[in-house]
Amino acid sequence: MAHSATTAHGGPGPTAHGGPGEDRTRRDFLLYATSAVGVAGTALALWPFIDSMNPAADVLALSSSEVDLAPIAEGQSVTVTWRGKPVFIRHRTAEEIKAARDVNPGEMPDPQKDEDRVQKPEWLVLVGVCTHLGCIPLGQKPTDMKGQFGGWFCPCHGSHYDTSGRIRLGPAPANLAVPSYTFQSDTTIRIG
Amino acid sequence: MRRFVVSVLSAAAFAVSVSALPPAASASEGAHLEKQKWSWSGLFGSYDQAALKRGFQVYNEVCANCHSLKLVAYRNLAEIGFGEDEIKAIAGVKELEDGPNDQGEMFTRFAKASDHFVPPFKNDQAARVANGGALPPDLSLITKARLNGPDYVYNLLLGYKDTPPADVTLMPGMSYNAVFPGSQIGMPPQIFDGLVTYADGTKATPEQITKDVVTFLNWAAEPELNARHGMGAKTLIFLLVLTALFYALKRQIWSDVH
Amino acid sequence: MSAPASRNKLVKWIDDRLPVFTLMQHSAIDYPTPKNLNYWWNFGSLALFVMIIMILTGIFLAMNYTPHTAHAFESVERIMRDVNYGWLLRYLHMNGASMFFLVVFIHIFRGLYYGSYKNPREILWWIGLLIFFSMMATAFLGYVLPWGQMSFWGATVITNLFSAIPVVGQSIVTWLWGGFSVDNPTLNRFFALHYLLPFVMFALVFIHLWALHTVKSGNPLGIDVKGPQDTIPFHPYFTIKDLYGIGLLLIVYLYFVFYAPNFFGEPDNYIPANPMVTPPHIVPEWYFLPFYAILRAVPDKLFGVILMFASILVLFLLPWLDTSKVRSARFRPIYKQLFWLFLIDCLVLGYIGAKPPEGGYVLVGRIATIYYFAHFAFLPILGWIERPRPLPESISAPVIKGGAAKMMEKA
Repeated sequence: MAHSATTAHGGPGPTAHGGPGEDRTRRDFLLYATSAVGVAGTALALWPFIDSMNPAADVLALSSSEVDLAPIAEGQSVTVTWRGKPVFIRHRTAEEIKAARDVNPGEMPDPQKDEDRVQKPEWLVLVGVCTHLGCIPLGQKPTDMKGQFGGWFCPCHGSHYDTSGRIRLGPAPANLAVPSYTFQSDTTIRIG
Repeated sequence: MRRFVVSVLSAAAFAVSVSALPPAASASEGAHLEKQKWSWSGLFGSYDQAALKRGFQVYNEVCANCHSLKLVAYRNLAEIGFGEDEIKAIAGVKELEDGPNDQGEMFTRFAKASDHFVPPFKNDQAARVANGGALPPDLSLITKARLNGPDYVYNLLLGYKDTPPADVTLMPGMSYNAVFPGSQIGMPPQIFDGLVTYADGTKATPEQITKDVVTFLNWAAEPELNARHGMGAKTLIFLLVLTALFYALKRQIWSDVH
Repeated sequence: MSAPASRNKLVKWIDDRLPVFTLMQHSAIDYPTPKNLNYWWNFGSLALFVMIIMILTGIFLAMNYTPHTAHAFESVERIMRDVNYGWLLRYLHMNGASMFFLVVFIHIFRGLYYGSYKNPREILWWIGLLIFFSMMATAFLGYVLPWGQMSFWGATVITNLFSAIPVVGQSIVTWLWGGFSVDNPTLNRFFALHYLLPFVMFALVFIHLWALHTVKSGNPLGIDVKGPQDTIPFHPYFTIKDLYGIGLLLIVYLYFVFYAPNFFGEPDNYIPANPMVTPPHIVPEWYFLPFYAILRAVPDKLFGVILMFASILVLFLLPWLDTSKVRSARFRPIYKQLFWLFLIDCLVLGYIGAKPPEGGYVLVGRIATIYYFAHFAFLPILGWIERPRPLPESISAPVIKGGAAKMMEKA
């Protein structure tokens, strides 16, 4: 194996001229292989740090809530907490369902059919956060203002929601969000 | 290459031999501990799933009457092999205080999967009153909170003698156990043949019961162990490869200096 | 310097305004390093590597830790059980502390053996000692945070030491505690300081490297670099050698993290702190044991504290205590033996520190403490009476001689 003379610099090694071509490709291969494994290792090492910032197991455990619907009488609304936000559950009356379905799509800033917003027509489940700037609309309590459309009214900037939770009047751009939920039985739902 | 192998092997040997040393005992220990073979020791060790389930049964039926397990949540039992409904059922028989409700009152409700294990006593003082002044320690970390934890707990549970030696005067309410520091322990012997009827039909000898409950308790203290060992094996193998590559590259780069 | 033209333009634009690239080129690439460094010279970069891991893991742990006595222990257990990879972050941080001290102790002993503290490296040595001080303070503060039995009682014992100071001692202790015993105010401020000190350390490391680059690295022969024939550029020779060293370190470090994570720890710290119950034996972490042994060797409280601090302060005086003109122990036959005896003495002190202060341990501890200081007291005399071996002419000289002989054999 040829020795290059010990020069003042000593030579930078892998990219040095001199030495047979075969030697140089072997040199480069080792450098590339090591770099590749090293970079891969660093990336794998960084993942736990990044993932540690994702929701922890105890947070995820609270990411779904079960609600017993049996105590909620027709015409009544309850508010439950889910993922730190209020969820409105309303046991709708026949009139409220009819009012929700008897609407011309043209009258809605965010057109959506009521049938697409409920699984069972008498149970309306909404995230109770105004889509404008995040206030909690009034309308859950019997004494609350419900706005012009019998649903909810946001006191912050005057958004009116109807009996399907759709925005009808006011600055809010979208209907109240419907969270994902499933019926565990006829009288219990799991939200999230 | 030879020097590299020697250096890695000596680094590894250093690590292994140092960690195989008995931990520096700073206190005078109790009786000599008979070391057991635990399924989770060694480079590829992991928990015996069946033993975990049996051990949980022992904890739940026997130990939980006095010892809390506050750091474990019912949802963690999924790692032992319980299904969602089974966990709900296990949690659902326990009551805990919650509130205040809209009337401003505290109320009791049944435990959910997301709750931590409900302790048998409201607080330490109540626990002492119920146990003759002694406080049954929480068991969530017991195998890490004692020197040679798993062996200590195993030997302790089986270490009771019917009659203490002649030179020992038992204080009232205490039992003789040479493994416990001071030899007198407030907990009466708990492990008997047939203490539980195992759901999987295993014969419930004292040794079996104790082995299973210690396995469960070690899981309670170190639930991450299976993942830790798995990741450890992969990481160390990866590092051996990477370090070998570094060494080869080093030799190559230095070849014009040496 | 064969970068494509476009990169050179951008590089030059930045460099003209803030010479980071020139700095990197000068300090980390071209930096002339003695070609005869052995592996004992890896430990500085290893210490830097471990320090970065400690800061990184520490920051991510701090995202989930609560510095309140009612929540601290639980928050650590939450990290262990619920936070994704929380157990890994915690065990990396816990064992990283032990690795940090292991690496730094070896780094210091390298300095003792090869005379790295001698002219012109006195200030480099002093900065290093300041870093060591910061490390010890940071480690002490950090150990309190999990709020286990050892956390609480270790904090109580060590803060109580300051009461030995005459007149103002107890007021200082009360001031440190923020109360009448170690309690929540203490824990909270310890957390703040534990977060702060590593960044002070970072600055000290920067100055340490600055001092190093001013006087340049020592070498195993202890003789000065005579010219460019004695040195090679830091990159790629020592970058790759340091990477190899890091690989070896990681194997040892991660073996502990994954397979023996509580080896360096105390089981008692898995019991939540109880101010009403003192553990039968209060033991500090292993890296404090030699100093703990010195502290307990003296029956008088104040003198014990003074001697404990003196054991580190004496190191500041070392460049002047050691009067020998020869740096490396390789050429100092008597000093070499004394070095090994000193190392054994430190290990004995460490062993004693873990034992209860009873029986034979007390006598051994006292002898070892006396020997520790006697070693330093003897050094001025040693420099005077020792006959060193003849030093080689230069760093290159012995290499060329041996190399030439080998080449002639092969030919």
